[in-house]
Amino acid sequence: MKHSLAVELNGLRFAHPVLSASGCLATGHDVPGLVDLHKLGGVVSRSLTLAPSKGASTPRSAETPSGLLSAVGMQNPGVEAFVEQDLPRLQKAGVPVIGSVAGSGLEEFIRVASMLHRQPGVVALEVYLSSPDLERGGAPIYARLDRILEIVGAVARLSSLPVFAKLPPLVPDLVETARACVRAGAFGLTLVDAMPGLAVDAARLRPKTAIPVAGLSGPALKPLALAAVYQVARAMPDVPVMGVGGIFSGTDAVEFLLAGAWAVQVGTALLVNPAAPVEIARGVLEYLREKGIASPADLRGRLRVRGEPG
Amino acid sequence: MRRVRAEVLNARRLGAYHSITLVAPEVAERVRPGQFVSVAMPEGRAFLLRRHFSIHQSSRRGGWGGTLEFVFDPKGPGTGWLAEVKAHQFLDVIGPLGKAFAYPTKLNACLLVSEGHGSAPVYFLAQELRARGKRVDMVVGAEDLEHVFKPIEGKRLSQTIAIMTADGSLGERGSVLDALPLAVEATGAQVIYAAARRSTLRAIAEFCMERQIPAQMAVEEHMACGIGLCFTCTVPVIRKDGSGYDNLRACTDGPVFNPARILWDRWMGDEPKMTPTPPEGFPAVRSWPG
Repeated sequence: MKHSLAVELNGLRFAHPVLSASGCLATGHDVPGLVDLHKLGGVVSRSLTLAPSKGASTPRSAETPSGLLSAVGMQNPGVEAFVEQDLPRLQKAGVPVIGSVAGSGLEEFIRVASMLHRQPGVVALEVYLSSPDLERGGAPIYARLDRILEIVGAVARLSSLPVFAKLPPLVPDLVETARACVRAGAFGLTLVDAMPGLAVDAARLRPKTAIPVAGLSGPALKPLALAAVYQVARAMPDVPVMGVGGIFSGTDAVEFLLAGAWAVQVGTALLVNPAAPVEIARGVLEYLREKGIASPADLRGRLRVRGEPG
Repeated sequence: MRRVRAEVLNARRLGAYHSITLVAPEVAERVRPGQFVSVAMPEGRAFLLRRHFSIHQSSRRGGWGGTLEFVFDPKGPGTGWLAEVKAHQFLDVIGPLGKAFAYPTKLNACLLVSEGHGSAPVYFLAQELRARGKRVDMVVGAEDLEHVFKPIEGKRLSQTIAIMTADGSLGERGSVLDALPLAVEATGAQVIYAAARRSTLRAIAEFCMERQIPAQMAVEEHMACGIGLCFTCTVPVIRKDGSGYDNLRACTDGPVFNPARILWDRWMGDEPKMTPTPPEGFPAVRSWPG
């Protein structure tokens, strides 16, 4: 049997299903040589705002059991600088780029998306919904369904590119929210974004990160991410879902595909092992060979659940 | 930077610290004082992130073909694990990382100030400065005798050395800051290098600014990846022209910075959000006079 790692998400193609997650691959022009850019399935950019953002104070990170808490505060060069300085390097490597669109309100999302979506090399957009909504009092955008839909819908309407909505696993009804995103125009979903977490330094009576509630990523997040992917993919089997959350090995990636993901993104693992995405893709291929399965798409949603037809 | 599987040649206790020497010719060949290595933790443990260590020694030649040594204080799960590592084990190492200390070309008298195991990279620097014919004097401090890093080596590497301990168990009682003014006067220091706690670095930076002494400092900031990917280890550094500042990554743009360009108030402040640049800008800082 001929095994292939290539995946197609309703027309959106990647050479293999392992992409780098947003915020874990420098900015673009400055990716260290240890990362083989051209061997990645794709790259999700840093979350980009309209103006350059300096981000938060330090400390911005703390290690927690099997996890990483980070609060970078969206430091990024701004969408214009990204397009001028960073995108060319990614294009040169021939790696498909998914632009992560961020903002503090509807207008900023629209302006960032409209600067990104016609750039060569950008194959899709991902809407980052955990940024504070400064037009609505500063709570994260995902906290209000109407705002999620307004923003996802606006980005989807302006761009002919596939638009993924990236959601954390803690919206009140994840499946319904995901469904609503699709109705608003989303092409697919990225599940999941980091979860809010707190690490405390008891000796100094302080939080361990400057912004106390930071984003939890890494293996600690994996079961939550798997559950989110499983639930959403079962409810909408025809909607592409990218799984992300604690994927460190080929087996982890296979678990996400079995749960219903069409592709996966690797974040924290990349910080620990710059070759992680390539090794994970190789691990998926080995699994396919071992099981005599032709492609990652044939794994999708193949989880055998008791009492359900196999 | 290279990523190598490096064999542990030697792992031993050094007073309150631990030291590991690795066989890593590809890294050792390139390494300069102030740079660091990143060491992966074992798989399948609750502590996932790589640990980062300043380089204390590198030998480019010798029977082992290129070794390097780093020193650490085992106080967390990662460094605790490393303290148990034995000779002939292999570690996943990335290096050399970061920007090194610059050497002066015109100026001669160098005063090196260090605290605790901050002395490890500083002794490496002392060697290289001496090899370039510079005068090296030192101020070395720690909480107590056990935490003074290799005092005999410090003496060997310097023209004069002032050792300071908080409890007076070795050298004079006090901190490196207490010894600094006298040391500068006595040695005619033209350049100051430092590696110490952040509060000490800040005080040294203010001292240097006041007296217009050029300085270079190796800073520490929480690093998740160490290779420039994650943007967690940033330090607010004024642009050369004073038009504003940037949060630069200590791992790729540092860890050595010109302290006159660090915005200490912002870096050490309690405010979680960065405040904007004042309309009049910041004072422009002349570059390193080397």
